[in-house]
Amino acid sequence: MIVEPQQARVVIPGTVRFLLLAFLAVVVSITSTATASEPNADSTLLETQQVEPVTSLVAQDFKYDNGERIELFWVPSVDDRLVDGLVTGYEVYRTVNEGDPQRLAILPPGANTFRDEAAEIDSVYSYYITTLAEETSAKSVATEPMTSEREWLNRDRGYLFLIAFVIAAAVIFFVETAKRGKKLFIRKIAGLEAIDDAVGRATEMGRPVLFVPGIHDMDDVQTLAALTILGRVSRTIADYDSKIFMPVSRSLVMTAARETIKSSYMAAGRPDAYNDDMVNYVTDEQFGYVASVDGLIVREKPATIFLLGAFFAESLILAETGNSVGAIQIAGTARPAQLPFFIAACDFTLIGEELFAASAYLSDEPKQLGSLKGQDVGKGIAMFFVIAGTVAATISYAWDIGPVNDVLDWLNQVFSSN
Amino acid sequence: MRREIPLLITAIAGVVFVVQYFIPHSPFNHLDGWFSDWFSIVQACAIVLGSLNLLMISSQKIARKKEGWGYAVVIIVSFFLITIIGFAGGEEFRDVGTGFDWLYNYTYVPLSSTMYAILAFFVASASYRAFRARNAEATLLLLAAFFVMLGRVPIGDLLTMWMPEGFRMSNLATWIMDFPQTAGQRAIMIGIALGLVSTSLRVILGIERSHLGGE
Repeated sequence: MIVEPQQARVVIPGTVRFLLLAFLAVVVSITSTATASEPNADSTLLETQQVEPVTSLVAQDFKYDNGERIELFWVPSVDDRLVDGLVTGYEVYRTVNEGDPQRLAILPPGANTFRDEAAEIDSVYSYYITTLAEETSAKSVATEPMTSEREWLNRDRGYLFLIAFVIAAAVIFFVETAKRGKKLFIRKIAGLEAIDDAVGRATEMGRPVLFVPGIHDMDDVQTLAALTILGRVSRTIADYDSKIFMPVSRSLVMTAARETIKSSYMAAGRPDAYNDDMVNYVTDEQFGYVASVDGLIVREKPATIFLLGAFFAESLILAETGNSVGAIQIAGTARPAQLPFFIAACDFTLIGEELFAASAYLSDEPKQLGSLKGQDVGKGIAMFFVIAGTVAATISYAWDIGPVNDVLDWLNQVFSSN
Repeated sequence: MRREIPLLITAIAGVVFVVQYFIPHSPFNHLDGWFSDWFSIVQACAIVLGSLNLLMISSQKIARKKEGWGYAVVIIVSFFLITIIGFAGGEEFRDVGTGFDWLYNYTYVPLSSTMYAILAFFVASASYRAFRARNAEATLLLLAAFFVMLGRVPIGDLLTMWMPEGFRMSNLATWIMDFPQTAGQRAIMIGIALGLVSTSLRVILGIERSHLGGE
């Protein structure tokens, strides 16, 4: 029997056919994707290769230094963008005396300045920036060879020097004038006049005096000013045979304050009454110190409290606690932000300069009083320039007159120097 | 000599700080840093004195059973606890997760914040006393404070929304802060700056010496 060719044909079932077609479709799809992705990969490669370097790179000597600083400025790469940006960072290179490049720093995208702080005046430097992308980089044009320079004077501070010189000269002039015996008038400062009464009150009530010298160390002039007042206060306390507590937040202030009180007791002829425990260290921590002093105020109920020196957020906490126990309070600080709190909560407040004037005022020494007069010259100069500046600014704004504008510019230049 | 040497040191240090500000040339440019370092070293050494004083005073209180001696016990225990845990942590004692870090974050910070928070109540009580219209100046202070406070909250503008833009409560508050307040504050700051110069000169020249133990 002959088998018909038709009968010999392989019959593929529907399911298998479907699977085969699906397989073919997948193969075709993968192949086409691979083929399609090739040009994309090429294009990405082309883009990274084309990352643009930084432009307008400038290196210049840092003005007024010891010759160890050179500043670099540049315009970032055009590919340095927040959206779709290609730049991943910048590398700063330096060549010294035409030697091999040294990498100084890697900077993040967006950077456009750098300061080389390790330059030496005898060397010749050139810089370039390499822009970094994912797979490529671009080197900028190198700067012209240059050297750093050192200067003797910071001319930017020339006007400041002049102002300081005039005020210092005025202070010294009046100190010398006072030494020659000229009588100087100093206005009354209520807070300082009240010191004797305040200590006397504590003596009468049989309660101690509390002295808080702020929370800064001996490197702050406010602390120094506070200790000068302490000298006078402790002398009066020694005379009246009263008692003083002085918790401090700095160890150096503790030792200095002990010396001051000890000297006052000796000057009063009562060295036996002095005790090191009058001054005690608490902690450097701001609010730990406040908690301790507040506790002391509440327990000991001092009749008089002196809050003199550098104060911050603790000013009102201390002053209000003192107020709550009915103490007479004399405060003073050179921190303008804390003055309103003291004015609100204390009986007397030494406002800024009064704190610094206290020492001279209390000593009544002609030399010291002369320095206060010198200070007044500074105030006169300040007043003159404030009025001149206000008038010049008003005229300049209203009529835009050239010479007045020049005066205004000059005043800005003088008083904005750092 | 006991007085002269400290005066000389003070004068030299004072002059150096002035000079280095105007001369960037070596060695003047380094002097500021050197002096600051030396001060830090002295300060670090002095902390030992402070700590010893704290322990001594607290121990005396406990020994003599003075009023509030319980607080002295807390001071001594806390002092040794934090010191021992700090030293036990080695060089990384301040790292996150160390015992020192835990103590700092869960005892010191909350206690410190509590003290700071008390300020809110004290501001209220101090304001109440300060803002009483006893005389013309106090009345002016009261009015300025009233307008500034009202201008800083939304209800201020809500109450004055019928007024033209630029004349509402927030504008008034900003004007008070920007002009009268700033002018007053700058006047105080000029006085402070001059006071600083004068005091510094007195110290440098040795005219002012009460910080060295009276005179």
